[in-house]
Amino acid sequence: MPQVDMEKVEPLLEQYEDQRLNLIPILQDVQETYRYLPELVLRRISKKLRVPLTEVYQVATFYRCFSLVPRGKHVIQVCLGTACHVRGAPRVLDRILRDLKLPHAGTTEDLQFTVETVRCIGCCGLAPVARVDNANTHPHLTQAKVGGLLKKYQEKAEAPKAAKPDEASHAKA
Amino acid sequence: MLKLKSPHEIKELQLCLEASETTRPCISVCAGSGCKASGADNVIASLRKELEKRNLAGTIDLKSTGCHGFCEKGPVMIVWPEKVFYNGVSQSDAKDIVASVMNGHKPVEKLLYKDPNTGERVLHEHDVPFYARQQRILFGNNGKLDPKDIRDYIKVGGYHALGHVLTDFTPEQVVESVKRSGLRGRGGAGFPTGVKWEALRKSAVRPRYIVCNADEGDPGAFMDRSLLEGNPHSVIEGIIIGGYALEAKEAYVYVRAEYPLAVEHLSVAIQQAEKAGLLGDNILGTKMSFRIHLVQGAGAFVCGEETALLASIEGKVGEPNPRPPYPVQKGLWGKPTVINNVKTWASVPVIINKGADWYASIGTERSKGTMVFSLVGKINNTGLVEVPMGITLREMIYEIGGGIPKGKKLKAIQIGGPSGGCIPASMIDLPIDYEALTQAGSMMGSGGMVVMDEDTCMVDLARYFMEFLEEESCGKCFPCREGTQRLKDILNRISQGKGTEEDLELLDDAGWMIKETSLCGLGQTAPNPVLSTLRYFRDEYEAHIRDKKCPAKVCRELIVYEIDETICDGCHACVRVCASEAILGEKDKPHEIESGKCIKCGACIEVCQPKAVLVH
Repeated sequence: MPQVDMEKVEPLLEQYEDQRLNLIPILQDVQETYRYLPELVLRRISKKLRVPLTEVYQVATFYRCFSLVPRGKHVIQVCLGTACHVRGAPRVLDRILRDLKLPHAGTTEDLQFTVETVRCIGCCGLAPVARVDNANTHPHLTQAKVGGLLKKYQEKAEAPKAAKPDEASHAKA
Repeated sequence: MLKLKSPHEIKELQLCLEASETTRPCISVCAGSGCKASGADNVIASLRKELEKRNLAGTIDLKSTGCHGFCEKGPVMIVWPEKVFYNGVSQSDAKDIVASVMNGHKPVEKLLYKDPNTGERVLHEHDVPFYARQQRILFGNNGKLDPKDIRDYIKVGGYHALGHVLTDFTPEQVVESVKRSGLRGRGGAGFPTGVKWEALRKSAVRPRYIVCNADEGDPGAFMDRSLLEGNPHSVIEGIIIGGYALEAKEAYVYVRAEYPLAVEHLSVAIQQAEKAGLLGDNILGTKMSFRIHLVQGAGAFVCGEETALLASIEGKVGEPNPRPPYPVQKGLWGKPTVINNVKTWASVPVIINKGADWYASIGTERSKGTMVFSLVGKINNTGLVEVPMGITLREMIYEIGGGIPKGKKLKAIQIGGPSGGCIPASMIDLPIDYEALTQAGSMMGSGGMVVMDEDTCMVDLARYFMEFLEEESCGKCFPCREGTQRLKDILNRISQGKGTEEDLELLDDAGWMIKETSLCGLGQTAPNPVLSTLRYFRDEYEAHIRDKKCPAKVCRELIVYEIDETICDGCHACVRVCASEAILGEKDKPHEIESGKCIKCGACIEVCQPKAVLVH
């Protein structure tokens, strides 16, 4: 089992009352904090909320925004909504996957990128689009623009390495 | 802002805000998700810088507003008080815009909308053909308001309807008004809202709950997002009025996690409404107490189905439950619950303000009011469009949408998302209302309207929707879980040229079986894209099966890429982008594609200037 920093869990859980309806918001916070749902944390949540672990896993595996394995530093959401589809999104996706040497949507080995497909982020007027890190939307994508897009975040991803050597070694581990 | 202590204080505050309004010019820039993606944030930043540089921060106001709807031309802005409309603005235009305001509002010519037909520049938003045919009763205020400032909403008459209801209406009268207005659920099914509310009021069980469904999952639809981003208070006001009419104390707004900006604006708006005494205990000094909670979805299309959505709010997996019992009988935590869509709630204050009869005078016999469509796909003017019910598809596509780009031919219009169906170009004079669309094999759905031209393959489109629905089927009931998989497999086979004539019968049979036996709305409508394309575009299916050809040249297994030697100028652009090193040829000499290596990614077509890459 990988090392998990459990110290972050308690302050996170304290923000919520121990009620079943808070299960999904808690999992969303955990996902944001750890970039995935570590097993140890799920066990703790199950105990605290008195929800059986099987049900915690049922919820964790049902919804798309949760992941049981660590996600990359940058999450690229390629929109495959209808408007993006008819304007060529599948080809842009293929290009991104090829450039990142991923056989299908998922996370790169160096944990820098996670490529996900989403069904509509509501920017249909600018199709095809991709959103990075839930914030930066890139409109009117073409295969030719993919290289530049990835480079922008690759550089960003590498920049902190020089500044914080310990974080870089952690990423490798 | 101070707490409002009585309904009358809303009106007083509005008058006070109006009186304090300055005649200062104001540049209001659209900062909705669409324009943000086109660089609105940078435009705002450079405008701010320019104003500071010229020491004009107190002379010219700068405002970020919600979505204006014309996403295609973003970032867009309006300069008040002249109401000059600029589109396609970039960072470097800040200087010119500020200078023009200072020089007696002489407009910046190059930023004005250019009518593609006449070539003339258009000065005002309402004269742009995209807007001219619209009737924007829900979206009209989006371009005027700062969504993060409740005073802006109150200034344009916001919360007036709530004050009116609290002083002059009994709860029954509110329900009666909504019923008489003819408002039908804007989430897709079109159930009469007033009838639903009346059904809830018949239940003696307490507490009652209100839910706002903002889990806008249909790909190709983004009007709920824009309304929550641009005018969240209009939705909140509708919900509070609903709370009064239904005598509920709590409401839940369930928003998709994919809409971070909508979540942010809505939570700011709820906080402001609480501070202003419009939410919480003893609203506006009355006996009514009411709270709104914001719940974020976690990424599951099926949660747009009402029973699945309720399960998700309760912290469970979003699986639907059989109806009856309907949520009005047994909803959230087993209590009576009314669920309505974002636009339905936002329509309520309009009905109260303008009157039920006024609202009922818009639209057709059985579909009243306006409907918001997201006009997207192969269309010149993409964006959000609010039109009276009954408008024809022709008006939508050619007058508002400006026709099909690159002189291509219209093939079909897909309405209603994955639950809807395709309507062929031949039916372009169809008026849009709930009944007409259902009869044509489609449905209103949430109002996604994806336009397709001759380059869209209908088999591929049906395959796309089945792939989507198979992924999103929650798996609870067999017909939907297995049926969507089988339909997808068959469509895959056909698009690879391996289909048989029997497959078409099988698609039809299985489609109807899934429709009739599935548990919830997702499965009951899932086969619609297949059945409607089969109904109107059978010849395309047959071409894939009999001739092993994809007429639209989309299905990869059935097409070949070639370079026309007579056109190719040997520029090498395609060689550089080719993902599989399949293009041979020296520079300045015609190139050639090695078909064995070609993976048909289409990158070469994208970059070829002389258009020498052909697809067969």
